[in-house]
Amino acid sequence: MATQPTEKRFSHKKLERNVTLLGFFSLIAVTIGGIVEIAPLFWIDNTIEKVDGMRPYTPLELAGRNIYMREGCYTCHSQMIRPFRDEVERYGHYSLAAESMYDHPFQWGSKRTGPDLARVGGRYSDEWHKAHLIDPRSVVPESIMPPYAFLAERDLYVGDMRNDLTALSRVGVPYSKEAVAAANEDLKAQVDPAAGIDLQKRYPKAQVRDFDGNPDRLSEMDALIAYLQMLGTLVDVEKAAPQEQGAAPAAPREKAR
Amino acid sequence: MSEAKRGARAAPSGDKHMDGLVIKAGGWLALALLALVMAALAVDAPFAVHMGIVAVAALTVLWTTVSQADYGAMARGVLKMPASDGTYDDDPIRWGVIATLFWGIAGMAAGLFIALQLAFPVLNFNLEYTTFGRIRPLHTSAVIFAFGGNALIATSYYVVQRTCRARLAFPKLARFVFWGYQLFIVLAATGYLMGVTAAKEYAEPEWYVDLWLTIVWVAYLAVFVGTIVKRREPHIYVANWFYLSFIITIAMLHIVNNLSMPASIFGSKSYAAFAGVQDALTQWWYGHNAVGFFLTAGFLAMMYYFVPKQAERPVYSYRLSIIHFWSLIFLYIWAGPHHLHYTALPDWAQTLGMVFSIMLWMPSWGGMINGLMTLNGAWDKIRTDPIIRMMVMALAFYGMSTFEGPMMSIKWVNSMSHYTDWTIGHVHSGALGWNGMITFACVYYLVPRLWGRQRLYSLRMVNWHFWLATVGIVFYAASMWVAGIMQGLMWREYGADGYLVYSFAESVAAMHPMYLIRAAGGAMYLAGFLIMIVNVWATLAGRVRDEKPMTETPYNAAADRPLALVRAA
Repeated sequence: MATQPTEKRFSHKKLERNVTLLGFFSLIAVTIGGIVEIAPLFWIDNTIEKVDGMRPYTPLELAGRNIYMREGCYTCHSQMIRPFRDEVERYGHYSLAAESMYDHPFQWGSKRTGPDLARVGGRYSDEWHKAHLIDPRSVVPESIMPPYAFLAERDLYVGDMRNDLTALSRVGVPYSKEAVAAANEDLKAQVDPAAGIDLQKRYPKAQVRDFDGNPDRLSEMDALIAYLQMLGTLVDVEKAAPQEQGAAPAAPREKAR
Repeated sequence: MSEAKRGARAAPSGDKHMDGLVIKAGGWLALALLALVMAALAVDAPFAVHMGIVAVAALTVLWTTVSQADYGAMARGVLKMPASDGTYDDDPIRWGVIATLFWGIAGMAAGLFIALQLAFPVLNFNLEYTTFGRIRPLHTSAVIFAFGGNALIATSYYVVQRTCRARLAFPKLARFVFWGYQLFIVLAATGYLMGVTAAKEYAEPEWYVDLWLTIVWVAYLAVFVGTIVKRREPHIYVANWFYLSFIITIAMLHIVNNLSMPASIFGSKSYAAFAGVQDALTQWWYGHNAVGFFLTAGFLAMMYYFVPKQAERPVYSYRLSIIHFWSLIFLYIWAGPHHLHYTALPDWAQTLGMVFSIMLWMPSWGGMINGLMTLNGAWDKIRTDPIIRMMVMALAFYGMSTFEGPMMSIKWVNSMSHYTDWTIGHVHSGALGWNGMITFACVYYLVPRLWGRQRLYSLRMVNWHFWLATVGIVFYAASMWVAGIMQGLMWREYGADGYLVYSFAESVAAMHPMYLIRAAGGAMYLAGFLIMIVNVWATLAGRVRDEKPMTETPYNAAADRPLALVRAA
């Protein structure tokens, strides 16, 4: 590039002799790609399709998601179903961008040492999840997943959940003021149907029950199973499909291969 | 560190800097107290532990700062400054070499452990601290940022001084960079084991650790650029271009990808600034360029200095180095979206990522060709010099994995290879073959020179290391190719009845023999590393193995000093 006989006008020697210029042009060279690829995702409308049903996580689901992240589940499980026939038949409808719009951070994953979990919600019973997390090989003999028995033996300690909801609303998750204020009560109410709090009003489709089979205690197992059981259950993907076809010519998807 | 005392011993004059000493000591004390207050107010236990570690580190620096001026010999061993302008400032480099080896062993042992966990899940021990999910980030961060990072900092300090014929700028800041970086590693690693993680691959440290690394990294940039500014050579050598772009780009990537909102200023938990599809592309823009700039540009800088030095030949093509430098750094940054093929990322971004990934093949091979062709006229050294042999193998693996990468970024290939162990195999042929081998070669080059030894304890042990590592990588990569392609094909296999043939669990069971072979390959690689530790240890102890030397170690003490003094002499 700069080495052709046009040395009189510009010579690479100038850059080699001036660390400021060298650093400046290096920085320019490495910023362009990011600006062109990433910045438009924040502005182009059809990056995230408009779908019904998406809502922020309930406090308990959020606590479960934080456990999912803490234990590094994303190192072995993806949450992103690709639009291939085999994946759709194995895991369910391919994932929509909207379904992770409140995920700070995203948990799409990069490796399937275990199966995809994007739509695992409702596929197994709470009892199955508990048995599987305590001893994976008791229900799936071929499994190589680590056992997570300690989750059932530990109280869910999350500190003040209002802080977490506040932090999330600061980065754009639409929690209402009432939702933030009631975060700690909502957390407990989700495992206690007798609490008399109408959680579905704030969080449609929220599942309210005792998840870990031990109503006396709110354990980390409760939170994690609550999270797993809601994965992929919010959006009615069949309703979203026709709208997608008309609205997004920029991102066509093959449904099957 | 007892070996690190070859340099000058005179203490800096204490009285003159008394005021500065008080300010500095006060600052470190304030930091220690702040950390203790944060620990006391912490809303979660891991955060309290981390602030305790910070307090201990600050108090240690306080103690050495005070004792350095007044009493001490021991402290000077940790923070001493070189006395005269007649030598390069090599102490942080010596520490860096030792840290590289230490973290390398730790990170690779963790890797072997989690590889065995995949073959024998009972090794998770039913303990939260030893589960795969927590140790896997420990492994990746330890080998990339602790082993690779220390190698980069140490070699950049060495190379920038030699090629600028000037001593390190800001010697105290240079020491801060080294120790500050070790603190970053300790905080990150202990955090993973306690479950403190931002859950973004290769960017797992939480917000306060990220802030600390940002400070350290800016100091690193200042030391590096400062040294180039005071150079006695008119030109900035090509290796320094690569180091410079690596430092600048990593700063940019680190800051943008780790933007987050802490839930509490007294707690470890934070929430990423971006969500979903935007977060995904930001993460892989970061993730792919952690490979592109940390593991490629930085290590190419090592190649550009140490390969010509060891071969005693000039770099093959100056013009090629210019072209491939600018095209490499420009193109690499675009390649991130190939980690997100067929996901909910818009198609245009995926295609753009694929196209640039394929173009990236050319500048990558430009670097390989420039390195390999440097050996023109010295190819016979492959027979006699096991260090050259390691460098050649490193470049060969670099070329191999930078061909494999663009191939896997083609959407059609990626539809099968993504989510499988093929990716793991690809990463390790690059990491073990290119980054590992070139680091080993550079450390073997550096150790006799830094510690003033006639030669390494044993070159034949280097040869053993070379072969164990090479065969280990072959086992590793080949088993993961088979595993990945098998997974990809099993997952998409349809029977004549139109149903999927295999359950997911069956594909897991099929992996077992491949996981065993992979662990065996990793064990061989680690065994080679252990031989290296013995070799370096014995070299530092001043021992020379009674063996027929395979080559000499050229070292001209008279020429290895800043230009000003050579002229004066």
